[in-house]
Amino acid sequence: MRRIYLDHAATTKTRKEAVEAMLPYFTEHYANPSAVYSFAGEAKKGLDESRKTIADILGAKPEEIYFTGGGTESDNWALLAAADAYEQKGKHIITTKIEHHAILHTCAYLEKKGFEVTYLDVDEFGLVNPEDVEKAVRPDTILISVMFANNEIGTVEPVKEIGAIAKNHGVLFHTDAVQAFAHIPINVDEMNIDMLSASGHKFYGPNGVGFLYIRKGVKIRSYMHGGAQERKRRAGTSNTPGIVGMGTAAKLAASEMERESERQCRLRDYLIGRVLKEIPYSRLNGDPKRRLPNNVNFCFRFIEGESMLINLDLAGICASSGSACTSGSLDPSHVLLAIGLPHEIAHGSLRLTIGDETTQEDLDYVADQLVKIVGNLRNMSPLYEDFMKKNGKK
Amino acid sequence: MYSEKVMDHFQNPRNVGEIENASGMGTVGNAKCGDIMRIYLDIDENHVIRDVKFKTFGCGAAVATSSMATELVKGKTIEEAMQVTNKAVCEALDGLPPVKIHCSLLAEEAIHAALWDYAEKNNIVIEGLEKPKTDIGEEEIEEEY
Repeated sequence: MRRIYLDHAATTKTRKEAVEAMLPYFTEHYANPSAVYSFAGEAKKGLDESRKTIADILGAKPEEIYFTGGGTESDNWALLAAADAYEQKGKHIITTKIEHHAILHTCAYLEKKGFEVTYLDVDEFGLVNPEDVEKAVRPDTILISVMFANNEIGTVEPVKEIGAIAKNHGVLFHTDAVQAFAHIPINVDEMNIDMLSASGHKFYGPNGVGFLYIRKGVKIRSYMHGGAQERKRRAGTSNTPGIVGMGTAAKLAASEMERESERQCRLRDYLIGRVLKEIPYSRLNGDPKRRLPNNVNFCFRFIEGESMLINLDLAGICASSGSACTSGSLDPSHVLLAIGLPHEIAHGSLRLTIGDETTQEDLDYVADQLVKIVGNLRNMSPLYEDFMKKNGKK
Repeated sequence: MYSEKVMDHFQNPRNVGEIENASGMGTVGNAKCGDIMRIYLDIDENHVIRDVKFKTFGCGAAVATSSMATELVKGKTIEEAMQVTNKAVCEALDGLPPVKIHCSLLAEEAIHAALWDYAEKNNIVIEGLEKPKTDIGEEEIEEEY
């Protein structure tokens, strides 16, 4: 059966070039890059090149890039270590209600440790208001952490404005850029970003590798204790193949960014247009314009997300939903609730994230299937029955 | 994640629909939690369930348990239908993932709610039947798109 993968926000296929670049580091340049002998030279070189590639994309210095085991580790490290290092100054952290759980659960942990966290509201499009950030800053605020772009609804936050506010108040600014890095332009100096998290497998690199950018002068320390890797800030033998693969993927993504993001935006808007036009009682979640090129997120009233996902799967389409049934809890996605959707509508959400191989033909097939699936599920839905009767449409 | 039987009942749900002037109708669950089941019963003068239809808003397991529950009570007497427990629905589907067991409970409750409605309409008492606990209430969705 035909398979159409539209869950690129969950993970991407590791691109061929990245895999090819990685292979020699398993079997030929396998030396531990921390070793003294010359045989370790190639491995060291691999790390250095990746570090420089990533630094260049961000407008950073290579020594400001610290390799980690992925986005979650980077987020945990940034928050926990900043809390630890700046505790003397204060115990207040500002973040938002729509962060990834890697941030939210770390904040909850810090609250248990005596820190105070302000969770900012967002508007109906998922945008943080920079004025709210300004108002939330207190003398004891040590860190502001706002995601670059939301993983569920794709909204791109006003990071530059928030960075300026943080700088103005002398507060550290961290951004979780896991969905944004290598997809849309980011410059750490122009945006006053002090720390930035990213993950290799979100941009066609391998799984299990990511990085944290830490601006020179930010005094956070290691939270992984052991060897002296990563300028003594992140212990553990370097994942050389992974880092090389991530660097290769980042380099290619950066060189293709302009063309590819334009292509994806066009496809994204095409799918949004078809679905909103052809399926009644549907809505787009997230900001229509300030949006990641690959993200589409709908709510379909009167139906539930998981049953939609199973039907899509039967049609060969891989997608995701913020419905409670897919999260294993009774509550639907915290992001959809934060943008003001009632529970019953949030249950009917569908996220489709397009990728480098997605074509318009794929999306036509998806839209055709969606029309059918949503129609079938509504015919089975008591909510739809009540709605139609109430509105005299039957 | 689901058994073949669950997938079969999800893909080809039995007895979907409504019954005009049903002998009994029951709706349980709530949209907030993501599951609503509605059962329509057509019961003849001998207390035999002549026909049954359902409508469900919910996950794959919710649809499959509704479908299976209707199959299990169709053609049965009220007394026999009362024996159709969530466990029976579950077993008939070759099991459900642990997080989905509540769906089979909802199916049992939906049948009971429809029987309760029938009993009330006809002024009879069905042994072992209690007033349904859950109902969808009046949670109106007023947002316009």
